[in-house]
Amino acid sequence: MSGAGFERAVVLAGGLALEREVSLRSGRRVADALRHAGVETAVLDADADLLPALAADPVDAVFIALHGATGEDGSLRSVFELAGVPFVGTPAERCRIAWDKPSAKTVVRAAGHLTPDWVALPHATFRELGAGAVLDLIVARLGLPLMLKPAQGGSALGVERIGAATDLPSAMVNCFAYGDTVLIERFVKGTEVAVSVLGSDEESRALPAVEIVPASGVFDYAARYTAGMTAYHTPARLAPDVTERVAQLAVDIHRALGLRDLSRTDAIVDAEGGVHFLEVNVSPGMTQTSMLPMSIAAARLDLGQALRAMIAAAASRTDMLGNKSTVRV
Amino acid sequence: MRTATEAQLNAGQPPPEITNHLMAFNYQPKARPAVHPGLDFQRTTDPLRLRTEAPVRGHSLDPFADRYAERTHGMTASEIRALFAVVSRPEVVSLAGGMPAVTTLPLDSVGSMIGEMVRRLGAHALQYGSGQGDPRLREQILQVMALEGITEASADEVVVTVGSQQGLDLISRVFLNPGDVVLAEGPSYVGALGTFQAAQAHVVHVTMDESGLEPDALAAALGELAAQGRRAKFLYTVPNYHNPAGVTLGEDRRAQVLALAEAHDLLVIEDNPYGLLGFEHEPLRALRARGTNRVIYLGSFSKTFAPGLRVGWVLAPHAVKDKLVLASEAQVLCPPALSQLVVAEYLESQPWLEQVKVFRELYRERRDAALDALTALMPAGVRWTRPEGGFYVWVTLPGGLDAKAMQPRAVHARVAYVPGIGFYADGQGREHLRLSYCFPEPDRIREGVRRLAGVIEEELELRATFLGTDPSRAGGGQSHGQADTPAPDLP
Repeated sequence: MSGAGFERAVVLAGGLALEREVSLRSGRRVADALRHAGVETAVLDADADLLPALAADPVDAVFIALHGATGEDGSLRSVFELAGVPFVGTPAERCRIAWDKPSAKTVVRAAGHLTPDWVALPHATFRELGAGAVLDLIVARLGLPLMLKPAQGGSALGVERIGAATDLPSAMVNCFAYGDTVLIERFVKGTEVAVSVLGSDEESRALPAVEIVPASGVFDYAARYTAGMTAYHTPARLAPDVTERVAQLAVDIHRALGLRDLSRTDAIVDAEGGVHFLEVNVSPGMTQTSMLPMSIAAARLDLGQALRAMIAAAASRTDMLGNKSTVRV
Repeated sequence: MRTATEAQLNAGQPPPEITNHLMAFNYQPKARPAVHPGLDFQRTTDPLRLRTEAPVRGHSLDPFADRYAERTHGMTASEIRALFAVVSRPEVVSLAGGMPAVTTLPLDSVGSMIGEMVRRLGAHALQYGSGQGDPRLREQILQVMALEGITEASADEVVVTVGSQQGLDLISRVFLNPGDVVLAEGPSYVGALGTFQAAQAHVVHVTMDESGLEPDALAAALGELAAQGRRAKFLYTVPNYHNPAGVTLGEDRRAQVLALAEAHDLLVIEDNPYGLLGFEHEPLRALRARGTNRVIYLGSFSKTFAPGLRVGWVLAPHAVKDKLVLASEAQVLCPPALSQLVVAEYLESQPWLEQVKVFRELYRERRDAALDALTALMPAGVRWTRPEGGFYVWVTLPGGLDAKAMQPRAVHARVAYVPGIGFYADGQGREHLRLSYCFPEPDRIREGVRRLAGVIEEELELRATFLGTDPSRAGGGQSHGQADTPAPDLP
């Protein structure tokens, strides 16, 4: 660890998840910003060379720019916690809840917030009970349109809006290609917003919300990662009281789920101003078209300095035994 | 809008806008603690610089979004391409990319040869060169083409290009207006489709079977166009060891295709990167060897030597050649002199035909590994072609399976392939995928096929659950390879 200040960081990017490409983009942007802020930064992949590399050349903290499994599900963070590697972001056990959309929705609803009605089912349920009967029940109870999402994962991969019941079976097949459980959600029409939160516990603060207006009407993978295909309004064009409730929702979720350092909550604001939680990301995208960096800019903060502060916070944390975290891989 | 001053920030105070925003949900800016408690971006020891830009309002992140040419409209981020990112990880068996096995080249002697060449010819090799390409190399290219029966050609008709991909682009630039019709096999080489799309041409696919392009289908397509009062600018074809279909245009078919071209005054673009990589017989005579001025021929050293050099060529009638040279000069001034001289030296001083034999044996072994594994491991109903050369097997999935939709599952299973939809310009091909056997070792090929078989079985089970498809009845049952190799486009 460096002697003065918090000057050395590793950015983890890549991984083996479906979102590897997005992660590499996020990692490059984070590394560029940190270097610009004066932090000596290396970008590493999450592979068999990682732990030896961290042990051989310890840094102040690791920034996890991995998206998808490993990076967001808590598994890698568990290993870092075991090894005493300081890292930016939410602790492992908390990630497990936030990463699983149905679990996060349950917590959010219990905290008194709105979230679209849903059911999350594995393939086996449909196979054992008969897909037709179960799908009929879902349509009868949740109505149409429906949103289909893999229960875990991000970047809109595998997300599909279903307008007709006849499209549901083949869409289910496609969605199950992304994971073992599908989240089927009532579609809520409204304004799509993303609210980023920085900090932890009582220090958690929401940044200005980003309003998302995809040109095609669908915020899919292409709309997310092709500059020019989506208009972003930051701060979102919301009434003051709605702005307040959107920010409050994001902060409440950040606290209720025990998230740390940074998160991004995606929500829909309906025509009556109701704010519906969709999902929360413990490793939000940091690409050139990602919303957290937009919010940081709209808050007139410097991305590199904000990231540097996160590295500093991670480096100064103490572990469960009250010791300052050190790399002991 | 009010803005904060640097002094305010340095004093640990957020700018007024942020204060207001944070106050809205009861955040109270606190005195900065002595010990950093977590993330506190108001630390004065690390003051955050004030952004001078106004908040982003209605910004698309691309200030030039309304200025792009129409041909760029399809250039968007792609989920399929993103999923390929994992291919670079060693855990993934990639049966996706068509990378030649360059490690089998005699790298020491090639390295010495290049060093010696630069010492001897550096002033030439490191200088601009002829727009048409190095004269010595063009003469040598004639000898290469003679191996596939092209003997009536002049070095003056040869244009050296930056890989045959640039040749395709030049041909598209020289011949195609927006809306023009191009006939191409279905499926067709994705790189060619890209150049046709960039030229805003309309691709009409012509079906293939185990003997390549079907003359009857070609005749029907030509007739249909004529009935509409339209005319194809050219037919684009890969006659040998087709990419992606793996099939070869039969001897009889070559004559039939050329007869149709003659009857309909059709220009033929013959793309032949794999012709010398046949496993089971001598190279068939090229179309250009039979149809002189009606055929424009594309060749490449990417598969017979090294793709990293990016050296290919076009053999075209004089009038066309002149336009190709002008178009190439506008594009790249001249093909890289260094690469051309490396190829020229290689052809002159190294046993390059022996090396081609090494490549052939290697690829044959890998082809066999792929076919054996497919036969042993694939679920009933999966069908595939049996390539007699080249790099690729074209797989047809049973039961309505969609290779693109299946791709995330394959990534989870650590195996990569190319979904068939990429090889069509019109959205066909969902039930197909391309497997490339040229790069992985045989053991890895078998492992990749094993993983893919598992993915297909899981997808079949899913479809059975949701769509009631009975996998055992899907796709017409057992039809594994060999003599009854199915056509790439048969259902």
